[in-house]
Amino acid sequence: MIDTDTPFALALDQVEFHWAGRDAFGLRVSGFRIGRGERVLLLGESGSGKSTLLSLICGINAPARGSIRVDGTEMVSMPAAARDRFRAEKIGIVFQQFNLLPYASPVDNILLPLCFAPDRRARAGDGRTAALALTDALGLARHTMASPTADRLSVGQQQRVAVARALIGAPSLIIADEPTSALDAGSQANFLDLLFAQCSAAGSTLLMVSHDERLAPRFDRSVRMEDIATLTREAAA
Amino acid sequence: MILLRLALRSLIARRLTVGLTIFAVALSVALFLGVEKVRTGAKASFGDTISDTDLIVGARSGSVQLLLYSVFRIGNATNNVTWESYQDIAARPEVDWIVPISLGDSHRQFRVMGTTAEYFERYKYRSGRALGFAEGRAFDDLFDAVIGADVAAALGYAVDDPLVVAHGLASFTNHENQPFRVAGILAKTGTPVDRTVIVSLEAIEAIHVDWQGGARIPGQATSPDEIRQMDLTPSAVTAAMIGVKSRLQIFELQRSINQYPEEPLLAVLPGVALQELWGIVGIAETALIAVSGMVVATALLGMAAMIFSGLNERRREMAILRAVGARPLTIVGLLMLEAVLMALIAVLLGIALLYTGLWALRPYVDAAFGLYLPIDTLSSREGLVAIGVILAAAVTSLFPAVRAYRLSLSDGMIVRS
Ligand SMILES: Nc1ncnc2c1ncn2[C@@H]1O[C@H](COP(=O)(O)OP(=O)(O)OP(=O)(O)O)[C@@H](O)[C@H]1O
Ligand SMILES: [Mg+2]
Repeated sequence: MIDTDTPFALALDQVEFHWAGRDAFGLRVSGFRIGRGERVLLLGESGSGKSTLLSLICGINAPARGSIRVDGTEMVSMPAAARDRFRAEKIGIVFQQFNLLPYASPVDNILLPLCFAPDRRARAGDGRTAALALTDALGLARHTMASPTADRLSVGQQQRVAVARALIGAPSLIIADEPTSALDAGSQANFLDLLFAQCSAAGSTLLMVSHDERLAPRFDRSVRMEDIATLTREAAA
Repeated sequence: MILLRLALRSLIARRLTVGLTIFAVALSVALFLGVEKVRTGAKASFGDTISDTDLIVGARSGSVQLLLYSVFRIGNATNNVTWESYQDIAARPEVDWIVPISLGDSHRQFRVMGTTAEYFERYKYRSGRALGFAEGRAFDDLFDAVIGADVAAALGYAVDDPLVVAHGLASFTNHENQPFRVAGILAKTGTPVDRTVIVSLEAIEAIHVDWQGGARIPGQATSPDEIRQMDLTPSAVTAAMIGVKSRLQIFELQRSINQYPEEPLLAVLPGVALQELWGIVGIAETALIAVSGMVVATALLGMAAMIFSGLNERRREMAILRAVGARPLTIVGLLMLEAVLMALIAVLLGIALLYTGLWALRPYVDAAFGLYLPIDTLSSREGLVAIGVILAAAVTSLFPAVRAYRLSLSDGMIVRS
């Protein structure tokens, strides 16, 4: 199934999805593509379905119909367990906030995806070393990393640990859902610099969601939600 | 394995609620196993109390009652066996040996038993063990007494110490004018003998010389020397232990005693009466097991409730796990692992509590109930209970785990918190 010739890291075609329940929010995407190594910003109003779209791309939720290919592999037809494994191997995710298991150490948090992704684990080599190399590059001090639990870190530090978790083992696609909205302007710029640098270093494609248009110039391309998706708010079929 | 470490970390992070839950389960396990220990200990020690006696004879009452007062010194006889009846039975050809027992007096909190010196040879416990003397020897004088190990320990008596016997149980009027002497102290047996003061049948008569109908005859005080001159043949005994010449004759002898024309008597086989006693105790036993089982179930439900109530706060945590590639089943597994870990810790703690409790309470239980609880390793049955608790915890945790499964499917990666 893997089509190595395709230039796309991500390709969506005729995707339809709606949340369970009456009058549930629904989403239709007729076509959306991201090239390998591209950095794309997805802009949209609050409630426009950005996070919903990311859930579909990550394979956490499955669309009613359509095709979603990550790195050329069709995810929609996969059994749920295979999709979870595929996500672990191929996709790194950064949330807006509360990215980390508060009771686990920062390093354990970073190593978490490797538990579910043997290939990625093999690529990462020694997990601890790889994790610390990433956090060094992301400007996290070693004594910060030595903290016994992740909840002692500041929000900015936690977001950087989350980036390290998304990047460990160099997955092909990084999905970031408003990772900077909890940071002040200065930290935001700094955070983006680090994120871009590490994505390039790992050769990963980046899809980042935001409602802040001022970030657009920093990306290769920015896409508006309304340009790629139609929202439906009809009764579930 | 990192997941196991995470489960442990997560438990540690919630140590207060988790700790209380574990403690509740541990207590319930300790209670359950403790009840088991006491139950089996009591059964064993009851069963070990008498052996090698073929029949016990007393006035007609219930066979359990007869067994209880004659062997266990629990309760009292309603009637006595007259000396004539006793002699008649003793004279029967089937009887190999017969030892009379006369009860009804006490020394401090301990019962006094009148018997013959043959008692020390004939009474056997724990499949044929005979009584042994720790100090001194059997009585040979009218005012000699032999005391059980617990009597000696509790009252601090040594051989040759004087003692005063009170008439009736818990009586305040002492037979002050008949000073007994400790002739011997028996070795510990773990039976009611340990808590008995043993004197001769004649001695029992001697104590009652100046008494009539439970009251002291006013102004009368016969001196010990005068008593020695009197005829002290008893008029009645409380019960008798019998050994037959051939085991085949037991039932025949039992029947003829039960049909004894002069007086309503009852002869029982100790083993059969014990069996009957189990039948009665069995109900209480079952109730006890049921109640302590219920306590374990309650504690496990409490644990399930604790996991349930934590789910909402942990939706974020589950979304993170899903995002990094965990399958919903992994999340179910993680929650069950958590429950199993808690149960495992609780069971270990419960066992530790049990043994500390046994160790601490054993002397007290021994002194108060004459029940010697053995501190040995867990029986396979108790091991099964421990494993059962852990399995039950896993099963109980299925409910919150399935709920977590549903939540993690419907939440997707978006958790609003
Ligand atoms: N788990 C869910 N179950 C049902 N409906 C959901 C779920 N998650 C989101 N929705 C609905 O989908 C719609 C779009 O939500 P979504 O979170 O995708 O928007 P968004 O663009 O990410 O908004 P924001 O910028 O505020 O994050 C909302 O109407 C929301 O109620
Ligand atoms: Mg969103």
